[in-house]
Parts: sequence; C-alpha cells; structure tokens
Amino acid sequence: MSTDLSQYEVVYRRPEALTEVYTHYCPGCTHGLIHRLVAEAIDELGIRERTIAVAPVGCAVFAYNYFNVDGCEAPHGRAPAMATGLKRTQPDKIVFTYQGDGDLAAIGTNEIIHAALRGENLTVIFVNNANYGMTGGQMAPTTLAGMVTTSSPYGRDPHLAGYPMRVAELISVLPGAAYVVRRSVHDVANVNKTKAAIKTAFMVQMEGLGLSLVEVLSSCPTNWHMTPVEALRWIEDAMVPVFPLGDYKVAEAVVPLTKRTRAAR
Amino acid sequence: MAKGTVVIDTNRCKGCELCTTVCPQHILVMADFFNARGYRPVQLVDPEGKCTGCTLCAIMCPDVVLTVYRLPVKGGAARAAVAA
Repeated sequence: MSTDLSQYEVVYRRPEALTEVYTHYCPGCTHGLIHRLVAEAIDELGIRERTIAVAPVGCAVFAYNYFNVDGCEAPHGRAPAMATGLKRTQPDKIVFTYQGDGDLAAIGTNEIIHAALRGENLTVIFVNNANYGMTGGQMAPTTLAGMVTTSSPYGRDPHLAGYPMRVAELISVLPGAAYVVRRSVHDVANVNKTKAAIKTAFMVQMEGLGLSLVEVLSSCPTNWHMTPVEALRWIEDAMVPVFPLGDYKVAEAVVPLTKRTRAAR
Repeated sequence: MAKGTVVIDTNRCKGCELCTTVCPQHILVMADFFNARGYRPVQLVDPEGKCTGCTLCAIMCPDVVLTVYRLPVKGGAARAAVAA
C-alpha cells in the first residue's frame, strides 16, 4: 500500500535538532515529546549551531545523545551551575538545561534558586512527573499527597514526608527570573501551548532578559502503573489541580515576545 | 486520492497508542505483528482515503515516528503569501 508521495508536500517531519538515535524512554513517556518540542523551537529560531544542552541525572540523562546540538552532562542537580559557567564564558551561545523533578526539585533546589537570584541568562526546561522515574518510581519532592510510590507504599503522608513542591511558584517570586510558566502535555492543545512557552523561553535568553523556566507536567506510565493513555488522563485529573497551569512570571520586557510566539502558532 | 497521508517509521514506534487516540478519522490502528524492537507498531489503515494530513498524530507522538504529508491546496502558495 505505497502511496505516490510525489504530489504531496511534507507538513510535519522530524526536527533537525533531534538525532536519529532511538530514545531509551519507556513507551508513551512524554520525555520524548518534550525533547521534540525543544528541538522544534531550536529549529524555528535557527539557533541549532550555537546551542548547548546541559543534561541532568535522571531519566533524561542521555539527552545529549538525542539533541543534535552540543551537550554536556552535569552532576545530579547541578545543571544550572554548569550552565552558568558555560553561559558566562560564552555569552553568544544559547545554553539550556533539561532537568527532571528528582534533579531540579530535590538535590538541585539550591542551584536553581541561586541561578534565578543571580538572574542568569539561561533557559531551564523542568520536567515534572511526580516521582523518581529512573531509579524505579520512588517518592520525589513533587509527589502528590496520598500518591503511592515504591518508597511511600501507603501513599505520601504530608505530615511525615511534607507537601509537594511547586517549583514554578517558588521561582517566580525571585527577582532574577524573567519568564516562569507551567505547562502540560496531556492533550494536543496543551502540547501546542508548551511549545510556544519553550520557544518564548529561548527568545528570553536570546534577548538577554534573565532566567526563563518552563515547568512541564509529564507522564510516567511505567512507574504510575498505567497505560500511556491513562497516564495522560491522570495528569489532567490529579496533577493539574495540585500544579495549576499558567504564567507565574512574565516580566514586562517579555510580554512582546509572548505575543510574537502566540501569533506564530 | 487522500488529502493527506502519513509515513510511519515502524521500527521507531513503541506502540504507546497515543496517536490513535487523537486521530479524528480513526485510521491509525495498532498492528498485529511486532517490529524489530518487539513492540506492536502503529499502522495507517486508510482504504477510503480519509486522512487529511492534520498532523495531530505527529503532535502527540513521543518518538517522532510519523512524517505527515498533505496535498498542496490550489492557490495555497498565493494564500500563504498574503497571510505572511
């Protein structure tokens, strides 16, 4: 059943900023989807040749193999510190970190807070799937109250283990942050909004306006013990009420950029 | 002839089925065979030529399995130029 494609035009193809490597992510894991959105944003802004990715520790530890840009690997949680050095020594480069919640919100909380306080000109893609995926689904700082994980088998008890950490809200109050938003990828409309936010975040860095952080609610079908389709529904039903989507900080200088990405969508 | 079509990189597919849930024409179905990596890949079954090339499947795919094609609209280039 081969169709003659000569009369057709391509309306969607693999972005240039992704390599041809097969990813190691589980079936239905939205890490791959978020990688693709970052790659599309890099392609559309034409910055692939001068972008540096900083990979985290966690499921996305091999991100430098998947992005067709220069990349390096930071110690657990230290991606913003490493990115600071890269950006300060090479201010013409576009530096972004791609971090999970076990990386950015646990061991790396200090790094991201101080990077924001210093107003480092970085882009941070923060992927929140409410558990430590790579090590087998243990409780993370972002785990919801009552959520069962391998290290909270009776559900997370906030009196014992604390409440889930809302990173976007936390970073948004810091003066050096220019653009802090929370998005989700549980349906097509939200995927498109996430893409626009990621593109805006890169533009904020290109304009030198300060730290830009996009928190993306992501699924973890394997450790949530759900099918990929159920996992996306669970993001919408359980995670979005705890982690409300929205723009937490859009500095005055960033507002024209958000209008530009919205118009281009 | 269908308005659009998709080309599926069968061995890249991990069979997560997310594309099948967003296809408005319900023409993406899971195969009854396994690909080289042991997953059941998605297939396009479109004998009636229903695909419009809307790209929703590609937008939801976590593994960039799908390349989407669409027939050029008559006068499409001119219209695009006006829009730009």
